[in-house]
Amino acid sequence: MFSQYTTEELYNIFLMQCFSGLSLFSVLLLMGLGLALIFGQMGVINMAHGEFMALGAYTVYFCSSMTEQYAPSLGPYYFVFAIGIAFAICALVGALVEFLMIRHLYHRPLDTLLATWGLSLIMQQTYRSLFGAREVTPTLPDWLMGSFNIKEGLDIPINGVFVLCLALAVTLVLMVFMYKSKFGLRLRATVQNRKMSGAVGINTGKVDRLAFSLGCGIAGIAGAAFTTIGSTGPDSGSRYIVDAFLVVVFGGAANLLGSVASAFGIAQAQSILEFFLDGTKGKVATLLVIVIALMFRPQGLFPSKVRGH
Amino acid sequence: MTLLRTLFKTKGEAISFAAFAFLILLVLPLALPVFRLNLVGKYLSYGFVAVGLVLLWGRCGILSLGQGVFFGLGGYCMAMFLKLEASDPVTTAIQSTPGIPDFMDWNQVTALPGFWEPFKSLWFTAGAVFVVPGMIAFLIGWAMFRRRVGGVYFAIITQAMALILSLGIDGNQGYTGGRNGITDLRTLWGWDIRSEDAQFKLYFCCCLLLLAVCLLGKYVINTRFGRVLMAVRDQEERVRFSGYDVAMIRTFVFTVAAMMAGLGGALFVLQVGFMSPSLIGIVPSIELVIFAAVGGRLSVVGAVLGCLLVNAGKSAFSEAYPDLWLYLMGGTFIAVVMFFPDGLAGLFGKPSGAGAKLTKFLSKFRPSLMGAAVTPTQITPLNK
Repeated sequence: MFSQYTTEELYNIFLMQCFSGLSLFSVLLLMGLGLALIFGQMGVINMAHGEFMALGAYTVYFCSSMTEQYAPSLGPYYFVFAIGIAFAICALVGALVEFLMIRHLYHRPLDTLLATWGLSLIMQQTYRSLFGAREVTPTLPDWLMGSFNIKEGLDIPINGVFVLCLALAVTLVLMVFMYKSKFGLRLRATVQNRKMSGAVGINTGKVDRLAFSLGCGIAGIAGAAFTTIGSTGPDSGSRYIVDAFLVVVFGGAANLLGSVASAFGIAQAQSILEFFLDGTKGKVATLLVIVIALMFRPQGLFPSKVRGH
Repeated sequence: MTLLRTLFKTKGEAISFAAFAFLILLVLPLALPVFRLNLVGKYLSYGFVAVGLVLLWGRCGILSLGQGVFFGLGGYCMAMFLKLEASDPVTTAIQSTPGIPDFMDWNQVTALPGFWEPFKSLWFTAGAVFVVPGMIAFLIGWAMFRRRVGGVYFAIITQAMALILSLGIDGNQGYTGGRNGITDLRTLWGWDIRSEDAQFKLYFCCCLLLLAVCLLGKYVINTRFGRVLMAVRDQEERVRFSGYDVAMIRTFVFTVAAMMAGLGGALFVLQVGFMSPSLIGIVPSIELVIFAAVGGRLSVVGAVLGCLLVNAGKSAFSEAYPDLWLYLMGGTFIAVVMFFPDGLAGLFGKPSGAGAKLTKFLSKFRPSLMGAAVTPTQITPLNK
């Protein structure tokens, strides 16, 4: 099957697939972090999470066309600001959604899953009406283009490196935030024992809203990162949503490090198998392995040791 | 008489069931042309899945986002039989390998794959429509419920299954027909299923089977087993401590629901004439849950009516305003989940239930409206 390649070429292809796996890993990680935060906090899977990612991507596209039209001189720098704007807008919309919808459904987690799916339909159609059904790509600054030529036949694209760094930085910030800040302390307390946290004076409703909007904001950053490696359409988000769910469940829900590990595993397996088994078969094989693994180990790779919710 | 008592706990239940039977067996066939009736038949084949969801989700509290898998498996079993009958060596003489389905020939498959062979027999197919979905559901259910996986986890894993199956069928074009699905189905034992006469008869077939499945669902709900189901939903631990095998109960319901979905899929293929992976993926699987939720997740007849109403709305509305349809669908769904968790059936069942909740919810935003509604005499014109 691979006789047309020399060993060295196969090795290079393997390395490049590994690297494209790292790009997929970055997007899945950013999606998964937000989901894990929301899931850990409320035991709810946000089906509209993919649409929040698309919202971030469209925000970057919007910033890009605005910059081109009104301030072309800012072209090289707009992207950094666009990431921040994408985060802010997604976090705002997330807080609004929590206020209007999610908080009324806390005692019915399955119903929240369905209601957020209804929301995802509405958001998708909104994108279609506003930006059209065709996929869009923001103009990327020059410094994101091109690639590092490591050696003959092995190129590492710069945008991939950027996305990877961005994902790792967000993970780091989130970790510090969760384990070093006051809010992180309150959040972890609420996850461990909601009633007790309320009793000692933590406003759990506020913590919920902040957690939800933070999760959505991170999805927005995921969307911004996504624009550098693919084009955005109304249903871009939903294409990644099942993978992102599996990242969270497979990593052990509410465990951030577990999400990192499982995002890495899933992305690499998918990307390498995609070449050696061809497109969909690689994806099917990866998904099958995860689902079977989950049947034997439903608590995921790294279950959190908290009992009772 | 005892059986009737078991099937219909109250007079209301009997009346609503009779009215439903009257509607689909008499009113619709008399009122609609065969083309529209065929569409109704298509919607009713989703009703089989909805009855399964009532048992599984409404009564037992397990949300499966992968019912499309079982619907699709049943459908594909039927489609494989019909496709083999449609590709006899005479009609496919122009192919490089006559006697195999056309899409295999296009994909350079030269012999019928082994797993297609048994589908040459109608009896095997009729069994497989139940057994294949049932067996897969049993294996998955048993593996998961025994480890006490439930709730959101179960929903996500079943959703991943829907993705796996639709991608798997999509990616193996030579063996499954790929993205286009299995199309161009013609006859069932020499009987042309595309003719108007056949569609008319198949509609009644579908109706009668659906009514039978509804009765089966009602039977399960109203016997003692149905109470155990609800107990599993509401107080799992207590049921376990009382000595019931909760995992087995859930596996059983999941398997029954899957078999119902498989039958629905088979009838879908007979009436619509094709099967494709786009009918069994993530989105269609969630839509099946929506139909049940809108109609009423606790009521068998309500859930089936939900299938009819949402789909009728979809065809009527999406033809005229395709853009608005998704807003309406998403909005309806959110509203149903938030304000009418028991769906349309819940509105009729308990007069004080959902309507009161809505008023209460709205009153949070506009307390004055609530006050005005309760004591209308207090309203005085502002500018006298």
